[in-house]
Amino acid sequence: MIIFNNVSKRYPSGYEALKQVNFHLKAGEMAFLTGHSGAGKSTLLRLIALIERNTTGQIVVGGQHLGRLPTHRIPYLRRRIGMIFQDHRLLFDRTVYDNVALPLVIGGFRPPEIRRRVRAALDKVGLLNKEKSYPITLSGGEQQRVGIARAVVNKPPILLADEPTGNLDPNLAKDIMNLFVHFNQVGVTVLVATHAVGLIKHIKCRMLVLQHGGLIGDTHLRMMR
Amino acid sequence: MKRPPVPPPTPPRRSPKASQMTYGNAWLTHHLTTLFTSFGQILRTPLPSLMTAMVIGIALALPAGLYLLLENVQHLSNEWNGTAQISLFLKQTVGEEKAQNLADWLLQKKEISGVQIITPTQALEEYRNLSGFGQALTALEDNPLPYVLIVQLATANTDLGERLLEELKRKPEIEVAQFDMLWLKRLFAMIALVRRGVIILASLLTLAVLLVIGNTIRLAIYNRREEIEIHKLFGATDAFIRRPFLYAGGWYGLLGGIIAWLLVHFCFWLLQDPVKQLSLLYYSQFELVTLDLLSSLALLLTGGLLGLIGAWLAVGRHLKEIQPR
Repeated sequence: MIIFNNVSKRYPSGYEALKQVNFHLKAGEMAFLTGHSGAGKSTLLRLIALIERNTTGQIVVGGQHLGRLPTHRIPYLRRRIGMIFQDHRLLFDRTVYDNVALPLVIGGFRPPEIRRRVRAALDKVGLLNKEKSYPITLSGGEQQRVGIARAVVNKPPILLADEPTGNLDPNLAKDIMNLFVHFNQVGVTVLVATHAVGLIKHIKCRMLVLQHGGLIGDTHLRMMR
Repeated sequence: MKRPPVPPPTPPRRSPKASQMTYGNAWLTHHLTTLFTSFGQILRTPLPSLMTAMVIGIALALPAGLYLLLENVQHLSNEWNGTAQISLFLKQTVGEEKAQNLADWLLQKKEISGVQIITPTQALEEYRNLSGFGQALTALEDNPLPYVLIVQLATANTDLGERLLEELKRKPEIEVAQFDMLWLKRLFAMIALVRRGVIILASLLTLAVLLVIGNTIRLAIYNRREEIEIHKLFGATDAFIRRPFLYAGGWYGLLGGIIAWLLVHFCFWLLQDPVKQLSLLYYSQFELVTLDLLSSLALLLTGGLLGLIGAWLAVGRHLKEIQPR
């Protein structure tokens, strides 16, 4: 589903954020991307969603070579990727319902379909009773769950999360991680960038370790050997 | 580390056919929603929005009002046009029969609607009555006045009148041919000049409207930067992001057009009474021409269209700068 082949990212300033990264995340697989801050976790996720383009190497997402994807096709790539951010990135002048509905409105869904899917997504994250609230009235954990509902509402095959538990206390963080495991169980390919290694130890899944922009560990491959 | 296999390249998918069933009336619903949401966003900041619309309104009202004023002058001069005439003073040697022949010949021309013959006797009589030289003129032995033909023009076109004048001047029987409505020609020339001025003014003010709307939309774009970034992160196309700003520009232009319409009507309402008094003094039935339905619609449409274009220019320039972080 996601293939990195000798991918490097060098910024115009000369800073090399990623060096020769290789991995293959299969469809329906779940992986954690760990490493100290500044190791290149966010950059790697941004390359997948084409928020930035890689300097060298090849990235293939859902069978699509990103290097060959023209700029005007980027929106359609992003509609197949659900993204979750550390700072939630919700729209504070809109209700929870409208926030979650956003990807569906962008995708041109019919209003009845939007209502059905938003309710289902909010139900999944346990916030059905908050659909008319504004994000500012919600706690950090609730805001993050709104962000997750928004990311999964149009049922994308890929879910990317960048430090989704960064600002949450351990119990809430555990709930959030369990949500990701749940989505993975229904077939979504999940890649979660986090530095909270203690939190994910008990979750049995693949771990990609970045250090100074290089991929230094891939537990999944180790198990295969 | 083992290098993972790379699948063969796939061509980019042309369109999101997978969700084709979701388009159709969803598209229309989305457009209408955006249309009214963007109006709602203008209403949410009533005072700044009103000020923007006022600036646009005044900028539109100026050329519209001047244009209307010109229409009125034109209308007024058309009333006088019917009286455009050429006086032909015939040579002393031309007698009654020749004058009559000339008049008949003139009447056959299609530019001429009527010819009046003033005999020397009539002319002397009239002159005697009007000039106050009555006694002095009786002292004259011969009547020194020639036959005069007053030629009534059938057309308002002064160029055509001028050409006729040149032709008549070459006739051997005619001593002097004189256009009595030279001042009308000057008036038309002046109207043409003012009209050119109005066009220049209108172009400059059009530019001003575009800049005002462009600037307003630019500010709106920067205020909603975060929103635009989030939309892009979830797969919004440029068209999708552009749409609410285009509609907002259209609304601003339309509101400006409405304000311009009100301003013009108000100003002409103020002029109505003095003009009526003035035209009464001239025994004229003249009435001010105001904006009719068609020009009103044209004014509103122009406002809306300028708003749309201004927004388009601003959006095209500034949306590219905003890319998600």
